[in-house]
Amino acid sequence: MTDKQPLDRQTMADRIAMEFQDGWVVNLGIGMPTLCANFVHADKEIVYQAENGLLNYGPMAIDGEEDRWLVNAGGQYVLPLPGMATMDHGDSFALIRSGYVDVTVLGAYEVAANGDFANWRILGRKGGGIGGAMDLAVGAKNVYVIMDHTTRDGQARLLERCALPLTAVGVVKLVSTNLGLVEITPSGFLLREIAPDYEPEEVQALTGADLAIASDLRTVQTAG
Amino acid sequence: MKNKQYDTFDAAVADIPDGATIMFSGFAGPGTPRNLIAALTRQGAKGIHAITNSPGRWGDGDLVDLGMLVRARQIAKVSAAFTAATHPSAKMPFSELYEAGEVEAELMPQGTLAERIRAAGAGIAAFYTPTGVGTEIAEGKEVRNFNGRDYLLELPLPADYAFVHAHRADEIGNVQYRLTQRNFGPIMARAARVTIVELDEPIVPAGEIDPDAVHTPSIFTDRLVVIPEGQVKEVKNQR
Repeated sequence: MTDKQPLDRQTMADRIAMEFQDGWVVNLGIGMPTLCANFVHADKEIVYQAENGLLNYGPMAIDGEEDRWLVNAGGQYVLPLPGMATMDHGDSFALIRSGYVDVTVLGAYEVAANGDFANWRILGRKGGGIGGAMDLAVGAKNVYVIMDHTTRDGQARLLERCALPLTAVGVVKLVSTNLGLVEITPSGFLLREIAPDYEPEEVQALTGADLAIASDLRTVQTAG
Repeated sequence: MKNKQYDTFDAAVADIPDGATIMFSGFAGPGTPRNLIAALTRQGAKGIHAITNSPGRWGDGDLVDLGMLVRARQIAKVSAAFTAATHPSAKMPFSELYEAGEVEAELMPQGTLAERIRAAGAGIAAFYTPTGVGTEIAEGKEVRNFNGRDYLLELPLPADYAFVHAHRADEIGNVQYRLTQRNFGPIMARAARVTIVELDEPIVPAGEIDPDAVHTPSIFTDRLVVIPEGQVKEVKNQR
Protein backbone atom coordinates (compact mmCIF):
# COMPACT_ATOMS: atom_id res chain seq x y z
CA MET A 1 0.00 0.00 0.00
CA THR A 2 1.12 3.51 -0.75
CA ASP A 3 -0.11 6.61 1.05
CA LYS A 4 -1.88 7.90 -2.05
CA GLN A 5 -5.01 9.99 -1.51
CA PRO A 6 -8.07 10.50 -3.66
CA LEU A 7 -8.56 14.09 -4.85
CA ASP A 8 -10.17 16.56 -2.46
CA ARG A 9 -13.44 18.35 -3.22
CA GLN A 10 -11.87 21.65 -4.29
CA THR A 11 -9.49 19.90 -6.70
CA MET A 12 -12.43 18.02 -8.26
CA ALA A 13 -14.29 21.32 -8.69
CA ASP A 14 -11.20 23.17 -9.98
CA ARG A 15 -10.74 20.57 -12.71
CA ILE A 16 -14.28 21.16 -13.99
CA ALA A 17 -13.87 24.96 -13.76
CA MET A 18 -10.80 24.72 -16.03
CA GLU A 19 -13.15 23.55 -18.80
CA PHE A 20 -15.15 26.80 -18.75
CA GLN A 21 -14.57 28.95 -21.82
CA ASP A 22 -14.29 32.72 -21.99
CA GLY A 23 -17.73 34.33 -21.87
CA TRP A 24 -19.58 31.21 -20.81
CA VAL A 25 -22.78 31.46 -18.79
CA VAL A 26 -22.30 28.98 -15.93
CA ASN A 27 -24.92 27.53 -13.57
CA LEU A 28 -23.56 25.75 -10.49
CA GLY A 29 -25.61 23.17 -8.59
CA ILE A 30 -25.80 22.83 -4.82
CA GLY A 31 -22.92 21.15 -2.97
CA MET A 32 -19.55 20.40 -4.61
CA PRO A 33 -20.38 22.28 -7.85
CA THR A 34 -20.57 25.52 -5.82
CA LEU A 35 -16.81 25.18 -5.23
CA CYS A 36 -16.18 25.83 -8.96
CA ALA A 37 -16.77 29.52 -8.17
CA ASN A 38 -13.56 29.55 -6.08
CA PHE A 39 -11.43 28.86 -9.14
CA VAL A 40 -9.70 32.02 -10.37
CA HIS A 41 -9.97 32.42 -14.14
CA ALA A 42 -6.99 34.63 -14.92
CA ASP A 43 -7.76 35.23 -18.58
CA LYS A 44 -11.46 34.35 -18.88
CA GLU A 45 -14.66 36.17 -18.07
CA ILE A 46 -17.30 33.86 -16.59
CA VAL A 47 -20.94 34.86 -16.11
CA TYR A 48 -22.62 33.03 -13.24
CA GLN A 49 -26.36 32.39 -13.43
CA ALA A 50 -28.55 31.05 -10.61
CA GLU A 51 -31.97 29.57 -11.31
CA ASN A 52 -33.67 31.60 -8.59
CA GLY A 53 -33.42 34.50 -11.03
CA LEU A 54 -29.92 35.91 -10.85
CA LEU A 55 -27.54 36.69 -13.70
CA ASN A 56 -23.94 37.91 -13.39
CA TYR A 57 -23.55 37.66 -9.62
CA GLY A 58 -20.31 37.86 -7.67
CA PRO A 59 -18.44 35.89 -5.01
CA MET A 60 -19.88 34.56 -1.77
CA ALA A 61 -20.49 37.22 0.88
CA ILE A 62 -18.59 36.83 4.13
CA ASP A 63 -20.55 36.88 7.36
CA GLY A 64 -21.66 40.40 8.19
CA GLU A 65 -21.49 41.81 4.67
CA GLU A 66 -24.43 39.81 3.31
CA ASP A 67 -27.54 41.37 1.82
CA ARG A 68 -30.48 39.31 3.02
CA TRP A 69 -32.29 39.83 -0.28
CA LEU A 70 -29.48 38.35 -2.39
CA VAL A 71 -28.89 34.59 -2.45
CA ASN A 72 -27.70 32.07 -5.03
CA ALA A 73 -29.64 28.89 -5.81
CA GLY A 74 -28.07 27.17 -2.80
CA GLY A 75 -29.42 29.87 -0.48
CA GLN A 76 -25.91 31.23 0.11
CA TYR A 77 -25.48 35.00 0.32
CA VAL A 78 -23.53 36.36 -2.64
CA LEU A 79 -22.24 39.81 -3.58
CA PRO A 80 -23.64 41.90 -6.43
CA LEU A 81 -21.53 42.68 -9.49
CA PRO A 82 -21.88 45.71 -11.78
CA GLY A 83 -24.19 44.55 -14.57
CA MET A 84 -26.02 42.03 -12.41
CA ALA A 85 -29.68 41.43 -13.28
CA THR A 86 -32.53 39.83 -11.38
CA MET A 87 -35.60 38.20 -12.87
CA ASP A 88 -38.56 36.09 -11.81
CA HIS A 89 -38.66 32.29 -11.95
CA GLY A 90 -40.63 32.27 -15.19
CA ASP A 91 -37.91 34.23 -16.98
CA SER A 92 -35.10 32.36 -15.26
CA PHE A 93 -36.30 28.97 -16.47
CA ALA A 94 -37.18 30.39 -19.90
CA LEU A 95 -33.51 31.31 -20.16
CA ILE A 96 -32.44 27.88 -18.92
CA ARG A 97 -34.68 25.77 -21.17
CA SER A 98 -34.00 27.80 -24.29
CA GLY A 99 -30.25 27.23 -24.28
CA TYR A 100 -28.68 30.42 -22.93
CA VAL A 101 -26.72 28.52 -20.27
CA ASP A 102 -23.41 27.19 -21.64
CA VAL A 103 -22.75 24.74 -18.84
CA THR A 104 -24.49 23.42 -15.77
CA VAL A 105 -22.38 21.64 -13.17
CA LEU A 106 -24.40 19.26 -11.03
CA GLY A 107 -23.89 16.74 -8.29
CA ALA A 108 -25.17 13.19 -8.87
CA TYR A 109 -25.70 9.81 -7.23
CA GLU A 110 -25.07 7.90 -10.47
CA VAL A 111 -23.92 8.56 -14.03
CA ALA A 112 -24.31 5.99 -16.81
CA ALA A 113 -22.07 5.20 -19.78
CA ASN A 114 -24.81 6.49 -22.10
CA GLY A 115 -24.86 9.94 -20.43
CA ASP A 116 -27.97 9.34 -18.29
CA PHE A 117 -27.70 10.52 -14.69
CA ALA A 118 -29.64 10.36 -11.42
CA ASN A 119 -29.53 12.99 -8.68
CA TRP A 120 -32.99 13.56 -7.15
CA ARG A 121 -34.22 10.49 -5.33
CA ILE A 122 -32.51 7.71 -3.40
CA LEU A 123 -33.99 4.23 -3.36
CA GLY A 124 -36.35 3.46 -0.52
CA ARG A 125 -37.32 7.08 -0.02
CA LYS A 126 -40.64 8.53 -1.08
CA GLY A 127 -40.30 11.76 -3.01
CA GLY A 128 -37.10 13.74 -3.32
CA GLY A 129 -35.63 17.03 -4.42
CA ILE A 130 -35.74 17.73 -8.14
CA GLY A 131 -35.23 21.49 -7.91
CA GLY A 132 -33.97 22.96 -11.17
CA ALA A 133 -31.78 20.00 -12.16
CA MET A 134 -34.12 18.46 -14.76
CA ASP A 135 -34.59 21.80 -16.54
CA LEU A 136 -30.88 22.62 -16.42
CA ALA A 137 -29.98 19.14 -17.68
CA VAL A 138 -32.11 19.42 -20.82
CA GLY A 139 -31.53 23.14 -21.42
CA ALA A 140 -27.81 23.75 -20.88
CA LYS A 141 -25.43 23.26 -23.80
CA ASN A 142 -23.10 21.18 -21.60
CA VAL A 143 -23.83 19.08 -18.51
CA TYR A 144 -20.86 18.29 -16.27
CA VAL A 145 -21.02 16.27 -13.05
CA ILE A 146 -18.86 16.35 -9.92
CA MET A 147 -19.22 13.35 -7.61
CA ASP A 148 -17.20 10.82 -5.66
CA HIS A 149 -16.20 7.85 -7.80
CA THR A 150 -17.89 5.41 -5.40
CA THR A 151 -20.44 5.45 -2.59
CA ARG A 152 -19.15 5.59 1.00
CA ASP A 153 -19.27 1.79 1.14
CA GLY A 154 -17.33 1.44 -2.09
CA GLN A 155 -20.09 0.79 -4.63
CA ALA A 156 -19.54 2.18 -8.13
CA ARG A 157 -21.45 5.32 -9.12
CA LEU A 158 -20.30 5.24 -12.75
CA LEU A 159 -22.50 2.48 -14.17
CA GLU A 160 -23.54 0.81 -17.41
CA ARG A 161 -27.11 2.01 -16.70
CA CYS A 162 -28.47 4.01 -13.74
CA ALA A 163 -30.41 2.07 -11.10
CA LEU A 164 -31.94 5.20 -9.51
CA PRO A 165 -34.72 7.29 -11.11
CA LEU A 166 -33.23 9.44 -13.88
CA THR A 167 -32.85 13.20 -13.90
CA ALA A 168 -32.28 13.33 -17.66
CA VAL A 169 -31.41 11.05 -20.54
CA GLY A 170 -28.08 11.03 -22.37
CA VAL A 171 -26.85 14.52 -21.47
CA VAL A 172 -23.70 14.19 -19.32
CA LYS A 173 -20.46 14.89 -21.18
CA LEU A 174 -17.85 15.04 -18.42
CA VAL A 175 -17.51 13.73 -14.87
CA SER A 176 -14.94 14.89 -12.34
CA THR A 177 -14.48 12.37 -9.53
CA ASN A 178 -12.01 11.96 -6.70
CA LEU A 179 -10.15 9.42 -8.87
CA GLY A 180 -10.01 11.26 -12.18
CA LEU A 181 -11.66 13.00 -15.10
CA VAL A 182 -14.02 10.83 -17.16
CA GLU A 183 -15.41 11.86 -20.51
CA ILE A 184 -18.57 10.29 -21.90
CA THR A 185 -18.06 9.43 -25.56
CA PRO A 186 -20.42 7.68 -28.00
CA SER A 187 -18.72 4.42 -26.99
CA GLY A 188 -18.91 5.02 -23.22
CA PHE A 189 -16.59 6.13 -20.40
CA LEU A 190 -13.10 7.39 -21.27
CA LEU A 191 -10.58 8.08 -18.49
CA ARG A 192 -8.74 11.23 -19.61
CA GLU A 193 -6.95 12.12 -16.38
CA ILE A 194 -6.18 10.16 -13.23
CA ALA A 195 -5.52 11.04 -9.58
CA PRO A 196 -1.81 11.04 -8.63
CA ASP A 197 -0.32 7.60 -7.88
CA TYR A 198 -3.42 5.67 -9.00
CA GLU A 199 -3.24 3.02 -11.71
CA PRO A 200 -5.92 2.84 -14.44
CA GLU A 201 -6.69 -0.76 -13.39
CA GLU A 202 -7.61 0.46 -9.88
CA VAL A 203 -10.00 3.07 -11.28
CA GLN A 204 -11.53 0.50 -13.64
CA ALA A 205 -12.10 -1.85 -10.69
CA LEU A 206 -14.14 0.89 -8.96
CA THR A 207 -16.15 1.66 -12.12
CA GLY A 208 -19.35 -0.25 -12.92
CA ALA A 209 -18.88 -0.26 -16.70
CA ASP A 210 -16.07 -0.48 -19.23
CA LEU A 211 -13.60 2.36 -18.79
CA ALA A 212 -11.50 3.12 -21.86
CA ILE A 213 -8.12 4.68 -21.06
CA ALA A 214 -7.04 7.73 -23.06
CA SER A 215 -3.90 7.11 -25.10
CA ASP A 216 -2.55 10.38 -23.69
CA LEU A 217 -3.70 9.70 -20.09
CA ARG A 218 -2.23 12.24 -17.71
CA THR A 219 -2.41 13.16 -14.05
CA VAL A 220 -5.37 15.36 -13.12
CA GLN A 221 -4.50 19.02 -13.69
CA THR A 222 -4.59 21.14 -10.57
CA ALA A 223 -4.95 24.87 -9.97
CA GLY A 224 -1.84 27.07 -9.84
CA MET B 1 -60.34 53.44 -5.82
CA LYS B 2 -60.53 50.15 -3.96
CA ASN B 3 -58.61 50.25 -0.71
CA LYS B 4 -56.26 47.28 -0.78
CA GLN B 5 -54.48 48.09 2.46
CA TYR B 6 -55.10 45.85 5.49
CA ASP B 7 -53.93 46.84 8.97
CA THR B 8 -53.03 43.34 10.10
CA PHE B 9 -51.92 40.04 8.60
CA ASP B 10 -54.76 38.35 10.51
CA ALA B 11 -57.37 40.52 8.77
CA ALA B 12 -55.79 39.85 5.35
CA VAL B 13 -56.19 36.05 5.68
CA ALA B 14 -59.42 35.95 7.74
CA ASP B 15 -61.69 34.74 4.91
CA ILE B 16 -59.54 31.87 3.63
CA PRO B 17 -61.68 28.70 3.73
CA ASP B 18 -60.69 25.10 4.45
CA GLY B 19 -59.51 23.36 1.29
CA ALA B 20 -58.21 26.53 -0.41
CA THR B 21 -55.40 26.30 -2.95
CA ILE B 22 -52.71 28.80 -1.96
CA MET B 23 -49.46 29.78 -3.68
CA PHE B 24 -46.51 30.73 -1.47
CA SER B 25 -43.64 32.75 -2.97
CA GLY B 26 -40.07 32.40 -1.74
CA PHE B 27 -36.90 30.57 -2.62
CA ALA B 28 -34.22 29.66 -0.04
CA GLY B 29 -35.40 32.45 2.26
CA PRO B 30 -35.93 35.69 0.33
CA GLY B 31 -39.54 36.27 -0.71
CA THR B 32 -41.02 33.89 1.87
CA PRO B 33 -44.30 35.42 3.16
CA ARG B 34 -43.47 34.63 6.80
CA ASN B 35 -46.05 36.92 8.41
CA LEU B 36 -48.89 35.70 6.19
CA ILE B 37 -47.94 32.08 6.94
CA ALA B 38 -47.92 32.80 10.69
CA ALA B 39 -51.32 34.52 10.38
CA LEU B 40 -52.82 31.55 8.53
CA THR B 41 -51.54 29.27 11.29
CA ARG B 42 -53.42 31.40 13.82
CA GLN B 43 -56.49 31.47 11.55
CA GLY B 44 -56.50 27.67 11.36
CA ALA B 45 -57.79 26.87 7.83
CA LYS B 46 -57.30 23.14 7.14
CA GLY B 47 -56.89 20.96 4.08
CA ILE B 48 -54.79 23.53 2.24
CA HIS B 49 -53.28 22.68 -1.17
CA ALA B 50 -49.98 24.56 -1.17
CA ILE B 51 -48.17 25.49 -4.39
CA THR B 52 -44.59 26.31 -3.51
CA ASN B 53 -40.99 25.65 -4.45
CA SER B 54 -40.43 23.75 -1.19
CA PRO B 55 -42.77 22.87 1.69
CA GLY B 56 -40.48 24.48 4.27
CA ARG B 57 -37.35 23.62 6.17
CA TRP B 58 -37.90 25.00 9.65
CA GLY B 59 -41.24 26.60 10.35
CA ASP B 60 -40.32 27.85 13.80
CA GLY B 61 -38.76 30.78 15.66
CA ASP B 62 -37.52 33.56 13.36
CA LEU B 63 -37.49 31.09 10.51
CA VAL B 64 -41.21 30.82 9.96
CA ASP B 65 -41.83 29.20 6.60
CA LEU B 66 -44.30 26.73 5.16
CA GLY B 67 -43.00 24.16 7.66
CA MET B 68 -45.11 25.99 10.26
CA LEU B 69 -48.36 25.15 8.43
CA VAL B 70 -47.09 21.61 7.80
CA ARG B 71 -46.40 21.07 11.50
CA ALA B 72 -49.85 22.48 12.35
CA ARG B 73 -51.35 19.82 10.02
CA GLN B 74 -53.07 22.48 7.93
CA ILE B 75 -51.54 21.28 4.66
CA ALA B 76 -53.22 18.38 2.83
CA LYS B 77 -51.20 18.52 -0.39
CA VAL B 78 -48.24 20.31 -1.91
CA SER B 79 -47.27 20.89 -5.53
CA ALA B 80 -43.53 21.56 -5.33
CA ALA B 81 -40.03 21.00 -6.72
CA PHE B 82 -38.87 19.50 -3.42
CA THR B 83 -40.60 17.06 -1.06
CA ALA B 84 -37.33 16.22 0.66
CA ALA B 85 -34.19 18.23 1.37
CA THR B 86 -31.39 18.36 -1.18
CA HIS B 87 -29.05 16.35 1.01
CA PRO B 88 -30.40 13.04 2.36
CA SER B 89 -29.14 13.86 5.87
CA ALA B 90 -31.11 17.15 6.08
CA LYS B 91 -34.64 16.95 7.43
CA MET B 92 -37.83 18.71 6.42
CA PRO B 93 -41.04 18.65 8.51
CA PHE B 94 -42.99 17.70 5.38
CA SER B 95 -40.93 14.60 4.51
CA GLU B 96 -41.89 12.72 7.66
CA LEU B 97 -45.64 13.23 7.13
CA TYR B 98 -45.26 12.37 3.45
CA GLU B 99 -43.41 9.11 4.22
CA ALA B 100 -46.23 8.27 6.66
CA GLY B 101 -48.85 8.88 3.95
CA GLU B 102 -50.52 11.69 5.88
CA VAL B 103 -50.08 14.33 3.17
CA GLU B 104 -50.11 14.25 -0.62
CA ALA B 105 -47.49 15.64 -2.96
CA GLU B 106 -47.12 16.41 -6.62
CA LEU B 107 -43.37 16.64 -7.20
CA MET B 108 -42.18 18.31 -10.39
CA PRO B 109 -39.16 20.08 -11.92
CA GLN B 110 -38.79 23.68 -10.76
CA GLY B 111 -39.00 25.09 -14.27
CA THR B 112 -42.16 23.08 -14.92
CA LEU B 113 -43.62 24.39 -11.65
CA ALA B 114 -42.78 27.96 -12.68
CA GLU B 115 -44.15 27.55 -16.21
CA ARG B 116 -47.37 25.88 -15.00
CA ILE B 117 -47.90 28.85 -12.67
CA ARG B 118 -47.00 31.27 -15.46
CA ALA B 119 -49.43 29.54 -17.86
CA ALA B 120 -52.24 29.77 -15.30
CA GLY B 121 -51.76 33.54 -15.16
CA ALA B 122 -51.34 33.91 -18.91
CA GLY B 123 -54.50 32.32 -20.30
CA ILE B 124 -52.53 29.37 -21.70
CA ALA B 125 -54.37 26.02 -21.65
CA ALA B 126 -51.30 23.75 -21.82
CA PHE B 127 -47.70 23.69 -23.03
CA TYR B 128 -45.01 21.25 -24.12
CA THR B 129 -41.67 21.20 -22.29
CA PRO B 130 -38.52 19.14 -22.94
CA THR B 131 -37.95 18.83 -19.18
CA GLY B 132 -38.53 15.38 -17.70
CA VAL B 133 -38.68 13.38 -20.94
CA GLY B 134 -37.54 9.80 -20.26
CA THR B 135 -37.91 10.16 -16.46
CA GLU B 136 -40.58 9.24 -13.87
CA ILE B 137 -42.03 12.73 -14.38
CA ALA B 138 -43.17 11.68 -17.85
CA GLU B 139 -45.34 8.80 -16.58
CA GLY B 140 -48.93 9.21 -17.73
CA LYS B 141 -48.19 12.35 -19.74
CA GLU B 142 -48.56 12.90 -23.46
CA VAL B 143 -45.21 12.94 -25.28
CA ARG B 144 -45.09 14.74 -28.58
CA ASN B 145 -42.23 15.18 -31.02
CA PHE B 146 -41.57 18.62 -32.51
CA ASN B 147 -38.68 19.09 -34.95
CA GLY B 148 -37.07 15.83 -33.89
CA ARG B 149 -37.22 16.39 -30.13
CA ASP B 150 -39.65 14.92 -27.58
CA TYR B 151 -41.66 17.16 -25.24
CA LEU B 152 -44.12 16.53 -22.38
CA LEU B 153 -47.56 18.06 -22.19
CA GLU B 154 -48.02 20.02 -18.97
CA LEU B 155 -51.12 21.81 -17.66
CA PRO B 156 -51.51 25.15 -15.87
CA LEU B 157 -51.54 25.37 -12.08
CA PRO B 158 -53.97 28.07 -10.85
CA ALA B 159 -54.77 29.01 -7.24
CA ASP B 160 -57.44 30.66 -5.12
CA TYR B 161 -54.91 32.79 -3.23
CA ALA B 162 -51.26 33.80 -3.57
CA PHE B 163 -49.18 34.84 -0.55
CA VAL B 164 -46.34 36.99 -1.89
CA HIS B 165 -43.55 38.81 -0.06
CA ALA B 166 -42.39 41.96 -1.88
CA HIS B 167 -40.34 45.04 -1.05
CA ARG B 168 -42.69 47.97 -1.58
CA ALA B 169 -45.96 49.01 -3.18
CA ASP B 170 -47.91 52.15 -3.95
CA GLU B 171 -51.46 52.72 -2.73
CA ILE B 172 -52.86 51.39 -6.03
CA GLY B 173 -51.03 48.09 -5.49
CA ASN B 174 -48.17 48.37 -7.99
CA VAL B 175 -45.39 46.24 -6.54
CA GLN B 176 -41.61 46.10 -6.60
CA TYR B 177 -39.41 43.29 -5.32
CA ARG B 178 -35.83 43.58 -4.15
CA LEU B 179 -33.13 41.34 -5.74
CA THR B 180 -33.76 37.60 -5.40
CA GLN B 181 -36.88 38.24 -3.34
CA ARG B 182 -38.68 38.41 -6.69
CA ASN B 183 -38.50 34.68 -7.53
CA PHE B 184 -42.10 33.36 -7.77
CA GLY B 185 -43.85 36.62 -6.83
CA PRO B 186 -44.77 38.03 -10.27
CA ILE B 187 -45.97 34.73 -11.75
CA MET B 188 -47.94 33.74 -8.64
CA ALA B 189 -49.61 37.16 -8.40
CA ARG B 190 -50.97 36.65 -11.92
CA ALA B 191 -52.10 33.05 -11.39
CA ALA B 192 -54.16 33.49 -8.21
CA ARG B 193 -57.69 34.84 -7.92
CA VAL B 194 -56.74 36.81 -4.76
CA THR B 195 -53.15 37.97 -4.26
CA ILE B 196 -52.09 39.07 -0.78
CA VAL B 197 -48.79 40.93 -0.58
CA GLU B 198 -46.57 41.22 2.50
CA LEU B 199 -44.39 44.35 2.21
CA ASP B 200 -41.01 45.36 3.65
CA GLU B 201 -41.58 49.09 3.27
CA PRO B 202 -44.46 51.51 4.03
CA ILE B 203 -46.93 52.02 1.18
CA VAL B 204 -46.11 55.05 -0.98
CA PRO B 205 -48.51 57.37 -2.84
CA ALA B 206 -49.48 56.55 -6.44
CA GLY B 207 -46.86 57.99 -8.76
CA GLU B 208 -43.93 57.33 -6.43
CA ILE B 209 -42.99 54.15 -8.29
CA ASP B 210 -41.82 54.79 -11.83
CA PRO B 211 -44.25 53.00 -14.18
CA ASP B 212 -41.26 51.51 -15.99
CA ALA B 213 -40.01 50.03 -12.72
CA VAL B 214 -43.20 48.23 -11.66
CA HIS B 215 -42.58 44.45 -11.41
CA THR B 216 -46.17 43.38 -10.60
CA PRO B 217 -48.79 45.81 -11.95
CA SER B 218 -51.65 46.71 -9.60
CA ILE B 219 -54.24 44.71 -11.54
CA PHE B 220 -52.68 41.51 -10.15
CA THR B 221 -52.71 42.48 -6.46
CA ASP B 222 -55.69 42.54 -4.08
CA ARG B 223 -54.53 42.99 -0.49
CA LEU B 224 -51.46 44.77 0.91
CA VAL B 225 -50.06 44.44 4.43
CA VAL B 226 -46.93 46.23 5.62
CA ILE B 227 -44.54 44.49 8.01
CA PRO B 228 -44.66 46.67 11.17
CA GLU B 229 -41.80 49.09 11.79
CA GLY B 230 -39.06 47.56 13.93
CA GLN B 231 -39.78 44.00 12.80
CA VAL B 232 -37.20 42.11 10.71
CA LYS B 233 -38.09 42.27 7.00
CA GLU B 234 -35.99 39.42 5.61
CA VAL B 235 -34.55 37.09 8.24
CA LYS B 236 -31.08 35.63 7.96
CA ASN B 237 -31.70 32.14 6.64
CA GLN B 238 -28.54 30.33 7.75
CA ARG B 239 -28.68 28.63 11.09
